[in-house]
Amino acid sequence: MTPDIPPALLADQFTLRRRPPSEKLVDLGFRQLTLCLASVVALLLLGIFFTVLHGSEEAFHNFGLRFLTTSSWDPVNEQYGALVAIYGTLVSSLLALVIAVPLGLGTAIFITEDLIPLSLREAIGLMVELLAAIPSVVLGLWAIFVMEPAIRPVLDLLNQLLGWTPFFNTVPQGPGMAPAILILVVMVLPIITAISRDALNQVPPELRQGAYGVGTTRWGAIFSVILPSAVSAITGGVMLALGRAMGETMAVTMIIGNSLNFNLSLLSPGNTIASMLANQFGEADGIQVSALMYAALILMVLTFAVNVFAQWIVRRLSLRY
Amino acid sequence: MTTSLQEQMSSRTAQAGTCMSLQDVTISYGKFEAVKNVFMDIPCGKVTAFIGPSGCGKSTVLRALNRMNDLIPGCGLKGRVVFDGYDLYDKRIDPVEVRRRIGMVFQKPNPFPKTIYENIAFGARINGYKGDMDELVERSLRKAAVWDECKDKLKQSGLALSGGQQQRLCIARAIATEPEVILMDEPCSALDPISTLKIEETMHELKRSYTIIIVTHNMQQAVRVSDMTAFFNAEAVEGGTGKVGYLVEYNDTEQIFNAPGQKATQDYVSGRFG
Repeated sequence: MTPDIPPALLADQFTLRRRPPSEKLVDLGFRQLTLCLASVVALLLLGIFFTVLHGSEEAFHNFGLRFLTTSSWDPVNEQYGALVAIYGTLVSSLLALVIAVPLGLGTAIFITEDLIPLSLREAIGLMVELLAAIPSVVLGLWAIFVMEPAIRPVLDLLNQLLGWTPFFNTVPQGPGMAPAILILVVMVLPIITAISRDALNQVPPELRQGAYGVGTTRWGAIFSVILPSAVSAITGGVMLALGRAMGETMAVTMIIGNSLNFNLSLLSPGNTIASMLANQFGEADGIQVSALMYAALILMVLTFAVNVFAQWIVRRLSLRY
Repeated sequence: MTTSLQEQMSSRTAQAGTCMSLQDVTISYGKFEAVKNVFMDIPCGKVTAFIGPSGCGKSTVLRALNRMNDLIPGCGLKGRVVFDGYDLYDKRIDPVEVRRRIGMVFQKPNPFPKTIYENIAFGARINGYKGDMDELVERSLRKAAVWDECKDKLKQSGLALSGGQQQRLCIARAIATEPEVILMDEPCSALDPISTLKIEETMHELKRSYTIIIVTHNMQQAVRVSDMTAFFNAEAVEGGTGKVGYLVEYNDTEQIFNAPGQKATQDYVSGRFG
């Protein structure tokens, strides 16, 4: 404060007390601009949805809900049912999650606890994130030429041991559901790990101290206090991963076998909605296009349902926090 | 099992002997010494207060008493902290067991994201409590003077309580594990005066059965609640980068505040610095 300047003079130094109309206009314009940009996203989504809906109308008319429960895919006789693809989509993505969640959550716990030096933990975290940067076509090639031959003996063993169940009763011969599930695991692992790690890192350190303060062991603190505090964010991440797994196309198409015959066995070739679309859209015409659109609509509804369910779960669980 | 514990405790209180003994304790974070050469005998069944300016290492010493500093990477301790005849930093000592016998209440209320009931039951279960859990929950909440506010919402989240209630819930949580010592790290610093008063009343009740060690920035609080007071200060070291804390004076609270032996103590308690 400089006391020798008279207050009147000091007041003159401020020139922007009254906002000029141009400035208000800029404010208003900016608000409208962001509104427009935000609506573009919504309009895009609606546009896609209605296109798919419109495209699938003919098939819906012809096949109705039978489309969901029949497995014939016969362009010659123009009979279509998407059961093979729906079954493949659900089974491959859910089983991929069953494997990827413990793996990803375990990795996240491991790299947020001080079990090994920080530099090593950061290196592991970075590697998991780099896994997400591999293009899916590369993963698909890797699955065909490296992974599938490598796991074939294991699949053979599964067939011999568990061949009496419908899920393993075919002899593995190259592409199939099982390798597709494993490649999906590789693809969703980074999402689950990264989101779980962030969720665990956000658990306040006071809670951890509180847990140790009443005499818990490290594992007690992790399983009784830290994980429950982070569970809503982790669930959100898992659901995101599920959405990703259901929609994943390239790598899955390359390794799943694209079979049009229904088979419960995980060792036989299968199909998913996404890979069916990728394979057939190019050559399809007439009602086949409409049938594919119908399948796409089912996929959209499925992913939408997963997302809504995820948000519901996140809200339910975070209430307890 | 509970009765034998209580008997043990009352016999210990009767002796009023030394509960914890710090023998030439020096604590460092990496290369940097936070506090050095602390000698101190903390009596059983009394409230001992640690006071001193910020950065003098009083919280560090407190956290060393139940090996909470183990959680901080690079934190090391030289010297001995003797409790119940054992050096707590002996290699054979399990820090988890130490924390089961020496409970802690933290600066910021930190109830678990569980129900009020579970907040109390959690620690008791970990410590192998086999009695009537409902009874223990009520008893602990009563001892922490928060039962009346909680009794109708035991199934609600602990985080639904106000700050002061949360802190008393945390005290109840610490009591429920039947520790022998309770460490309190500025337990009232985030609370309003009325909640503070309630917690101080709680402490007066608690010292009948537990040894309490409290870190506080509030000198009036030290006068109100403590029997013994330790004054810590920090001094710049030659060639070092930061300040290193040390114990200036440790005596009956009355002595420290009315007739301190050191000039630094006199200056601090009379508000001339800090």
